Amino acid sequence: MASPSPKSPEQSEKNKQYDRQLRLWGDHGQATLENGHVCLINATALGTETLKSMVLPGVGAITIVDDNNVSDEDIGSNFFLEITSKGLNRGSEALRLILELNPAVQGHAVQEPPDQILQENPDFFKSFNVVIATALNEKTILSLSQHLWDINVPFMLCRSVGFLGSLRIQMKEHTVIEIHPDNDQPDLRLDVPFPALVEYLDGVDLESAELKDHAHIPWIVFLYKAVQKWQTSYQNMWPMSRKEKNDIRNILHEFMKIDNCGVPIYQENIEEAMKAVNTALVPTFLPSRIQELIYSSAATNLTKESSSFWIMCSALRGFVEAEGKGRLPVKGTIPDLTASTDHYVKLMNIYRSQAAMDAEIMYRKVQQIVTQLHCDSISEAEVKLFCAHAHDLCVIKGSNIATEYQLGSNVASYIARHLEEPDVMMVHYVMLRAAEMFISEHCQSPGDWEPEADIAKLKTCVTKFLSDISCSPFPKDDHIHEMCRYGGAEIHTVSAFLGGCIGHEAIKIITKQYKPVNNTLIYDGASTNTAIFTF
Amino acid sequence: MFIVVTTMDSGESQVSEYQNRRWMNIRKLLERSGPFCHPDFEPSAEILDFIMNSCKVLVVGAGGLGCELLKDLALMGFKKIHIVDMDTIELSNLNRQFLFRKNDIGLSKAKCAVEFVNKRIPGCEAVAHHCTIQSLDEGFYRQFHIIVCGLDSIVARRWLNGMLVSLLEYNDDRSLDQSSVIPMVDGGTEGFKGNARVILPGMSACIECTLDLYPPQKTYPLCTIANTPRLPEHCIEYVKVIQWAKENPWGSGTALDGDDPQHVAWVYEKAQERAMKHGIANVTYRLTQGVLKNIIPAVASTNAAIAAACATEVFKLASSCCVNMNNYMILNMADGVYTYTFSAEKRQDCIACSNTPHVMEIESNATLQVIYDKLCEDQGYMMKSPGITTVINGRNKTLYMSSIKSIEERTRDNLKKKVTEMGLYNGADILVADVTTPSTITIKLKLIENEDVEMSR
Ligand SMILES: [Zn+2]
Repeated sequence: MASPSPKSPEQSEKNKQYDRQLRLWGDHGQATLENGHVCLINATALGTETLKSMVLPGVGAITIVDDNNVSDEDIGSNFFLEITSKGLNRGSEALRLILELNPAVQGHAVQEPPDQILQENPDFFKSFNVVIATALNEKTILSLSQHLWDINVPFMLCRSVGFLGSLRIQMKEHTVIEIHPDNDQPDLRLDVPFPALVEYLDGVDLESAELKDHAHIPWIVFLYKAVQKWQTSYQNMWPMSRKEKNDIRNILHEFMKIDNCGVPIYQENIEEAMKAVNTALVPTFLPSRIQELIYSSAATNLTKESSSFWIMCSALRGFVEAEGKGRLPVKGTIPDLTASTDHYVKLMNIYRSQAAMDAEIMYRKVQQIVTQLHCDSISEAEVKLFCAHAHDLCVIKGSNIATEYQLGSNVASYIARHLEEPDVMMVHYVMLRAAEMFISEHCQSPGDWEPEADIAKLKTCVTKFLSDISCSPFPKDDHIHEMCRYGGAEIHTVSAFLGGCIGHEAIKIITKQYKPVNNTLIYDGASTNTAIFTF
Repeated sequence: MFIVVTTMDSGESQVSEYQNRRWMNIRKLLERSGPFCHPDFEPSAEILDFIMNSCKVLVVGAGGLGCELLKDLALMGFKKIHIVDMDTIELSNLNRQFLFRKNDIGLSKAKCAVEFVNKRIPGCEAVAHHCTIQSLDEGFYRQFHIIVCGLDSIVARRWLNGMLVSLLEYNDDRSLDQSSVIPMVDGGTEGFKGNARVILPGMSACIECTLDLYPPQKTYPLCTIANTPRLPEHCIEYVKVIQWAKENPWGSGTALDGDDPQHVAWVYEKAQERAMKHGIANVTYRLTQGVLKNIIPAVASTNAAIAAACATEVFKLASSCCVNMNNYMILNMADGVYTYTFSAEKRQDCIACSNTPHVMEIESNATLQVIYDKLCEDQGYMMKSPGITTVINGRNKTLYMSSIKSIEERTRDNLKKKVTEMGLYNGADILVADVTTPSTITIKLKLIENEDVEMSR
């Protein structure tokens, strides 16, 4: 038998290879990732595990900065070094083995210490979308983070010691259009229906519909009609209170068809309407988060350098104030619900057309601004995406690592507050900072050689740190003892867990999809706990 | 032990010096005591020796999690690692299964993974098993100290759980013989979410104890896909369930194969036609494939994090250097990084691990169908295609079995019969077999009088 030969084209190799992740961030996310260039400072196990999570999905390019030579300990904990790597430059060896994971990724190795690059060629860092550093000393952390803050390049500072690890993200500002919320709130406008929606809703006659059709009318219609009926007694009002919502439920109940014995017949669509009473009757409003955004100075004082996000926020303000009558553009989606094909498709298209009209207005406004500013143009697709997600726009304002390290009064009281709770995860943060101080003073990790003898020395660092934030010393030495037990060891699985998380967050930063950690992640592999702190 | 330098010649001592340096990171944890250690922990060099030379670990699955687990365990000092997976490598694996390259497509995942890791990490003696988990017997599973799973199938997980429970031995006083317990560490991921857990079979919550933690599979009612399609998925399901069998595009008897691009393309086109007819938008090739193969999104980073969390627990179990997670962690990396660890509770009436007779209450005039439906739908059973037998007068009698066609036809009518008509009585045992468990489960029937007793009063 002859096989049918479908005309539709087969997928490209690349689409097949990346299929499982394209379902998470889409083709546009992938394209952004493939244009991304990430810099890793120090190819420790933590560093290479982080890169692995970015190279496999296809980040554009990686650059490894590392002037260390490979030691036996490195080989014992790092999968991307081999026995023959011993004594060779760690960055080059790691790069060679990591690039085997994905031939599409470009790679470079720089065998200079980061301090030297900072002094001699600070512009080096400008070309990266994100800089990730592991195993840095305090001094380099301060100078590098300040420089990256100044040139506005996102910085991820990472540590892995014993069972503990941390990630600190430093970004001036990070904007996200697609946060991919777990449950998407519908935007139905039943309180302020636009003309096409009114026409459709008014056109449905519940009374005359036969049971079969009646059971296939979308719940949105039932809810709208129920409110209309309720409004005959309560003119110009909208059901808000619990009692009023119960009135609506009672009216919905009256809409049910009755069988021969006078018993109401169960209908899935009316059941859905009952369930939606609480959520779908919330009046349409401009979320205060979004209001803040569109009236923030970044959106009101545009310059030629303004990002497309803020230009679109400015256009959004224009829309809200004029055509939107105080409301955002229509989302243009409806939830899945029980309905006939005809009803569902009609309703969907009504919302979709309105969304397209709103997006069209927005696009014209954006174009006007772009012309005035003489800046790069913004595509219609970009504006459409922005409108579809205008309810969920997200801006993260970052803070400088240098400020955190100086332990100014805000930072100090923040840490102290958590220590008082008491929050053991903040204790871990203090221990990581104290261990860093120890390394600066003694040029080795606490407990590296003499775990017992170093306890007193590390305690001095902890006490100093605590007094800097006006806290009394820890009552017990157990966490200090534990840190000395670690002796600066890098445990592979702890680094692998963190590497997965850090690579993941870096992808979020590059693709500008999903909300990244704001701004510090602490991990304790011993208790299997994580915590987020915002410095 | 390998640190006894004086008894070795210089060549060997150099090797041991090198080994000492290479494993220095782990040795710090194992050879030093700490305030948060497990109460049984006594630091010594022997622990690393045990991990390296005695501790046998089985990794189940050589996919996204399995590749990571193998690497993680090998770098934590484990050498005697076995890995089992029946699958071969596909192009769509390469975005996360980092031990495989394009040249490896079509080869055994288990074998490729083992070859790579043994080569990269000298001393590692991983062994591959390219087969199903069901084809390996009790004797095979009994040899391991710890089993760690990275599976995408719930049925396989449940089967393995049943296997480990069946290896449990009980003392005369019905207390558990703890030496028969093989700990199971289990990881799972879906997109940016995942979970990791530690199971001590017979002692803590097992997979069957917590079936309600697995989300029900998405299904579409037949009448919707046939009569009132709304979503692009409905159009694809229609072609898959109805149109394929009707049109038999590759001749009758050719099953729809989601991995055959020609088949997928055919479904895609027909689904598009159907969508067009009904004015439904967004039927895409990617969606078609996703629906046909029930594809779960996957990314390298989530797998790396979950596998690492599991491997850390294996290391804790093997070394006692730290108390284990108690006992279930969820991870969500969609909004920041969020984890939550809680203690899942052991079900006293767990079908797998409770070591007490299982009782099923049914009305005395119930049909066999009632029993069958309970086995499939009740939260405590959730079976796929249970086969039900009983013993009457010392002889086995098959009451219903759907997995073998001829028997299904012969026993189908029994479903409509009352259980009492088939010789079952209050206190009778039924024996149930299913793909979700390696062993037959005995359930005692408890017949209760109908509620209409009250009406007749
Ligand atoms: Zn159980």
